Amino acid sequence: MIKNITLGQYFPGNSVIHRLDARMKLVLVIAVIVLVFMARTVIGNAVVLAFLAAVIIMSRISVKFVLRGIKPLWFIILLTFVLNVFFHQGGNELFSWWILRVSEEGLISAVRLAARLIFLITATTMLTLTTSPISLTDGLESLMKPLKAVRFPVHELAMMMTIAMRFIPTLIEETDKIMKAQTARGAEFDSGNVIKRATGMVPLLVPLFVSAFRRADELAFAMESRCYHGGEGRTRMKVMHLAGRDWAAAAVVAALIVFMAFGF
Amino acid sequence: MPIELENLTYTYMPGTPFEARAVDDLSLKIEDGEFLGIIGHTGSGKTTMIGLIAGLLKPTSGRVLIDGEDIAAKGYDRKKLRRKIGVVFQYPEHQLFEETVYKDIAFGPGKLGISEAETEERVRYAMELMELDFDSVKNLSPFELSGGQKRRVAIAGVLAMKPSVLILDEPVAGLDPAGRIHLMNMIRRLNREGVTILLITHSMDDLAENARRVVVLKGSRLLMDGTPAEVFARREELTAASLDVPCVAEIAAKLRARGKDIPPGIIRLDDLQRCVEDMLGGRP
Amino acid sequence: MAVIEAKDVTYAYASEDNISPALWNVTLSIEPGEFVAIIGHNGSGKSTLAKLLNGLYTPASGQVAVKGMDTKDERHVWDIRRTVGMVFQNPDNQLVATVVEEDVAFGPENLGVPPEEIRQRVDEALEQVNMSAFKEHAPHMLSGGQKQRVAIAGVLAMHPEIIVFDEPTAMLDPEGRDEVLAAIRDLNSKGKTIVLITHYMEESLLADRVVVMTGGQITATGTPREIFADEAVLKHAGLTAPPHIELYHRLTNKGYDLGECPLTVDELVDKLCR
Repeated sequence: MIKNITLGQYFPGNSVIHRLDARMKLVLVIAVIVLVFMARTVIGNAVVLAFLAAVIIMSRISVKFVLRGIKPLWFIILLTFVLNVFFHQGGNELFSWWILRVSEEGLISAVRLAARLIFLITATTMLTLTTSPISLTDGLESLMKPLKAVRFPVHELAMMMTIAMRFIPTLIEETDKIMKAQTARGAEFDSGNVIKRATGMVPLLVPLFVSAFRRADELAFAMESRCYHGGEGRTRMKVMHLAGRDWAAAAVVAALIVFMAFGF
Repeated sequence: MPIELENLTYTYMPGTPFEARAVDDLSLKIEDGEFLGIIGHTGSGKTTMIGLIAGLLKPTSGRVLIDGEDIAAKGYDRKKLRRKIGVVFQYPEHQLFEETVYKDIAFGPGKLGISEAETEERVRYAMELMELDFDSVKNLSPFELSGGQKRRVAIAGVLAMKPSVLILDEPVAGLDPAGRIHLMNMIRRLNREGVTILLITHSMDDLAENARRVVVLKGSRLLMDGTPAEVFARREELTAASLDVPCVAEIAAKLRARGKDIPPGIIRLDDLQRCVEDMLGGRP
Repeated sequence: MAVIEAKDVTYAYASEDNISPALWNVTLSIEPGEFVAIIGHNGSGKSTLAKLLNGLYTPASGQVAVKGMDTKDERHVWDIRRTVGMVFQNPDNQLVATVVEEDVAFGPENLGVPPEEIRQRVDEALEQVNMSAFKEHAPHMLSGGQKQRVAIAGVLAMHPEIIVFDEPTAMLDPEGRDEVLAAIRDLNSKGKTIVLITHYMEESLLADRVVVMTGGQITATGTPREIFADEAVLKHAGLTAPPHIELYHRLTNKGYDLGECPLTVDELVDKLCR
């Protein structure tokens, strides 16, 4: 069932990319996004492409799987491409018809923008494919620690995210059970106009929410029984530490940024 | 021949690495008025089977026929199905959602298009069956009630639809002994009134005392089908299927192993008591 | 010295009409190493009592002391909860992390235990409940019995002296129930003080001492044999004896002399074949 697919579609593995520190990966993804926007020339874009291809190869995840991450967004990419091909202002006109106008510049711009989108989606997909949800949460929590100084509830947010991830499959299962029970009483979840469908959700949503609150209540008792008292004084079993490969990855990305800065 | 399962198979997540056959080539005929117990280890397909019978799941292959009609066929009247078959799932109290007990119990009849006057009659009937006082409870919020009361309201919600076939999936789970006795009494009473009962349970004792037919599932397939006495006599096979036998059957088997003359097929306590008294030779 | 000492405890849930409290004048003490079963019908107050034993609830009147520490004293709250571990009824609603070993580590992490020691405690705890193979699994993929064992491991990792089980098998299938009871028996044999709260009489057979609760009060205490032999107590408490004990009572009431109340089917069969 859906419960077998984890958030962001983590693909377990033991490659170098998988073993990079989650915090470093988060920082590097942002750096790579900057890199993608910096690339202006064909060479620049080719370098980005080569970098991403190298990351995919080193992660030992099949390209097919990576492209699946792009699938949900293919429409936006196509739309961007089409808009730029037919509506770009200026440049040497190649041909026009009605309000559509194809120019050389338009074509180049369309390709560049589409490429950019694909690079961005690929970079973030690689992050979620190679980093487990808990590592991501731990990494985020660690990176946000400085915000504690301005009273930002870092630990609480991280705890909420972990518990949410833990219960999503459970709640999905419960939704299925409630739907079956109410369907057996004659409820219909897939027919009628918009309004009918909205009110038809009440027999599903009310029990689900009631159940979720009850779970939260029981979970709170269990957490308190295990001495949970917030983030103060808590240690962690898994300690993150930066290794040689993390610095190497950082160095590579830094070098690429310097390279791009020369106007590529 | 109200319910007939013909070579029923159901596969979860076909085509994925998680593909699993929950029900495998199951064939079964259930007559009107039967009291059928369904037992099997966890994962043996019991819940899937009732999901298929109630039309909540579509078979991967095979058919479910009710009164001779294939319920998965195009144009089959779903309302007819809901009217005929009522299902009480595990922990039914989790399905309560209305503002008042009355409204929640009236939900099912409402969906069947039943008049308000008749709905009220049915709510009264269902609440009486579940030992809930109509006047004092009907306007309470279901969420204010105790766990046991909630369950009774939820079951009343299904009974108010007056199904001719009532399927129950472990209805006594989590109930204390008194709660269990009350519920089993209610089920027995309904069966006497002509309702066909399909009961999934882990309580062999309950089946020994009430069921007239027991069906055993193992690894998605039908392992045994017979009277409780016949099924529970096959102790080793049941143990191999990770199932217990009723306590009474176990006592009888152990007495027989010690050479005592206890006739086969003893699974009810009253019967065992009589046999043991005979064995001990009347009053000492 | 008793590990837990409850004296004259009364507790009522906040509601508009406090007609009858959930617990009334309950006095109970648990000695180190004991296995005490608390049985009673739903609503008899047993689950309320559980939450009073580790300070989740504090008594309206009377006192609960854990190793001399009063549960009302806020300074001792975390020491009390470290000493008295608790396992609840719903296997799902106790697991907090997305991976089994991370959940077991939750308790020690809260206690500020150093990382390497946490690792050790987690591995030991999972070993004790036979769940080491599932270290890296996601909780939602486990069976009920497995989830409960992970919950038990999570409590064990805190090194409690006593573990209170609040109806731990009520939501499990027979297989899961056997797994959990086996784990409990094993823990007690290794010296852990156990309080098992249940409405299944068969489970109380494992205990050294049985406490019967009815309507918020303790109505009987004794060894399992003493309690099961007393039909009146069981009836009053809304409990049903398992069939083999029911048979013993029926025969004894008819005048047959079968001696002491049997605890197991084998004991009954022995008596009948004597």
